[in-house]
Amino acid sequence: MPLEIDRDKLLWIYRTMQLIRRFEEKYLELLNSGVPFGTGHLYIGQEAVATGVSAHLRTSDYIGSNHRGHGHCLAKGVDPIAMMAECYGRVTGTNRGRGGSMHITDARLGVLGVNPIIGQSMAHCVGAGMAINLRKGDDVAVSYLGDSAVGCGVFNESINLATIMNAPVIFVCENNQYAVTTPVEYAIAGKIIDRAAAYGIPGVKIDGMDVFAVYEAAGEAVERARGGGGPSFIEALTYRYEGHWIKDDHTKYRTMDEVDKFREQDPIPAFRSRVLAEQSLTAGDLDGIDAEIERLMDEMVEFAEASANPEADELFEHVFAEPVAGGQS
Amino acid sequence: MSERLLSYGEAIDEAIRQEMARDPSVFMMGEDIVGAAGRPEFWENLGGAYGGNRGLIVDFGPERVIDMPVSEMAFSGAGVGAAMAGARPIVDIMFIDLIGCCYDQLINQAPKIRYMTGGGYDCPVVFKTSYGGRAIPGLPKGGGAGVHHSQTMYSVVAHFPGLKVLTPSTPYNAKGLMTAAIRDNDPVMFLTHRFLGSVRGHVPEEPYTVPIGKADIAREGEDLTMVSIGGALPLCFEAADTLAADGLEAEIVDLQTINPIDEQTVYESVEKTHRLLVVDEDTPVASIGRDVAARVAQNRFGYLDAPVTSLHSADVPVPYSAALEEHMPPTAEKIVAAVNEMLVAF
Ligand SMILES: Cc1ncc(C[n+]2csc(CCOP(=O)(O)OP(=O)(O)O)c2C)c(N)n1
Ligand SMILES: [Mg+2]
Repeated sequence: MPLEIDRDKLLWIYRTMQLIRRFEEKYLELLNSGVPFGTGHLYIGQEAVATGVSAHLRTSDYIGSNHRGHGHCLAKGVDPIAMMAECYGRVTGTNRGRGGSMHITDARLGVLGVNPIIGQSMAHCVGAGMAINLRKGDDVAVSYLGDSAVGCGVFNESINLATIMNAPVIFVCENNQYAVTTPVEYAIAGKIIDRAAAYGIPGVKIDGMDVFAVYEAAGEAVERARGGGGPSFIEALTYRYEGHWIKDDHTKYRTMDEVDKFREQDPIPAFRSRVLAEQSLTAGDLDGIDAEIERLMDEMVEFAEASANPEADELFEHVFAEPVAGGQS
Repeated sequence: MSERLLSYGEAIDEAIRQEMARDPSVFMMGEDIVGAAGRPEFWENLGGAYGGNRGLIVDFGPERVIDMPVSEMAFSGAGVGAAMAGARPIVDIMFIDLIGCCYDQLINQAPKIRYMTGGGYDCPVVFKTSYGGRAIPGLPKGGGAGVHHSQTMYSVVAHFPGLKVLTPSTPYNAKGLMTAAIRDNDPVMFLTHRFLGSVRGHVPEEPYTVPIGKADIAREGEDLTMVSIGGALPLCFEAADTLAADGLEAEIVDLQTINPIDEQTVYESVEKTHRLLVVDEDTPVASIGRDVAARVAQNRFGYLDAPVTSLHSADVPVPYSAALEEHMPPTAEKIVAAVNEMLVAF
């Protein structure tokens, strides 16, 4: 079936997946060389999910994310330059150096935050949905969660609440089959996707390595939410190619055969071959994007290197909206 | 006699291993405490997110060393229930920053079981977790774990009567306190400092206990009492060395149990030295450090030659950037400065 996605969107999809991939590879390289500090929970392998979902989002929509959030943020439009500066702890970063990789936020883009306390951002997305309903808007909130969050109490409370509030929330469960070292089949009873039926909301399980499958499922869910149809649940089967975080040696708990099996389904070359085969885009289009991203990566690192750290006296700023007399000591 | 040296982390693991061998009702549960759950072919490689439990599952099996899903509320509560039903669970919560997800079990359930049942039930559960800044071992010193993985926070669990809260600071005390915690018939929170894991010290091989509720005189001195809480101990030693070079002998009282507090040992020290500085890496509001300071001010005012002083982390969330984070906690220099100020003023 030929693609029914217009050229600009296809270019955006390719650029977004490639930007996420290259950002993460660059961050991994920098962390390994000891340059910035902080942890890295890399999104490499999962690019198709955030990209296919965000292809339907606009600036005024919200996303809530987990610890593995760089891809969610970039797909929503967060500036990679400010994001890398944040990973360096610079004052020019998205959070003025206060958040780091695990807390990237952008209030102008509805990025409620990368949030490393598993499951908690699900509830924020329900709240964003309630705020949208209150102002009778047609924005939506996308809640990204990992497979481990399915085992959290807040998972049940959030989806139940979203459902009874008819909140415009799309829960996107990225089942990358592990929580740190713990296989999903050990930690999660039954089938993840069956939970949607238990709340009486639409749910689909899709191949999260296929950006077109994600695009289609997310399109339906977003349209339903915008039209007042309430929450949906998407389970995207995917895989992280690297360790859980920068220091994690994943060969200790899974075979390289398994990792290779998923690497062979890599969403980026798969996209490339399909759009070329169907003549929707040319090799020149795609190579041009690659070159542009390489330039951006260089600019991004230079900017982060050259940026200043926050000044010591900023330590007490932003605790409250206004400084409170007799406050901190 | 040759000293047997273990790291703080190894000392705690040894206590757990020995108590599991001694008492079949002891079991341990937590996220990734071994890893690769359900895949025994990988267990030899693993030993928890940070390697601490290597081999435990091989010796005791997956019935007693149980990896958990990300369900802190359920498995903390299961720890309480199992303790009421005759087991001695050790519940491993990866970081203290996660206790929000199971706070009810820690504050409403475990501490109140004995009291509200009129002594009907014991609740011998141990909650083990880690606290302190610059959280992630292997990362360059000076930051990067951010607001949700760097907190100290022990004061917020020390508030509840019925819950014993331990903050061991040396390998010797850590092993003895863990052994005591497992054998104790009340709920105990056992808090390890994320920075102390690799600190080495003398640890006897045979099982022993260090009494819960008893402070440790870590260094004797005549001129000033420093009450140290948890991870502040190395800072206090460093500061005491600097002060000693100027002829001032600090006595360091390592609190070790932050609920209930051994006020007697603190009072005896202050009666001798007439000065008190409390060093507490937690933020100051409603903190254990200020609690100790207040007790001394209330009950030993007549012995004091200077106002009681306490040093804490700055009253802010833990910032990510090292350029900010490094200004947050107490340091040896800040301790020396605080002591000098105290002496100049009085
Ligand atoms: C409430 C809570 N418990 C435990 C952790 C420690 N932790 C960090 S990531 C993680 C596993 C996450 O797995 P998953 O949600 O599947 O996301 P993935 O890392 O696979 O993307 C755990 C247990 C945490 N951050 N929050
Ligand atoms: Mg996962």
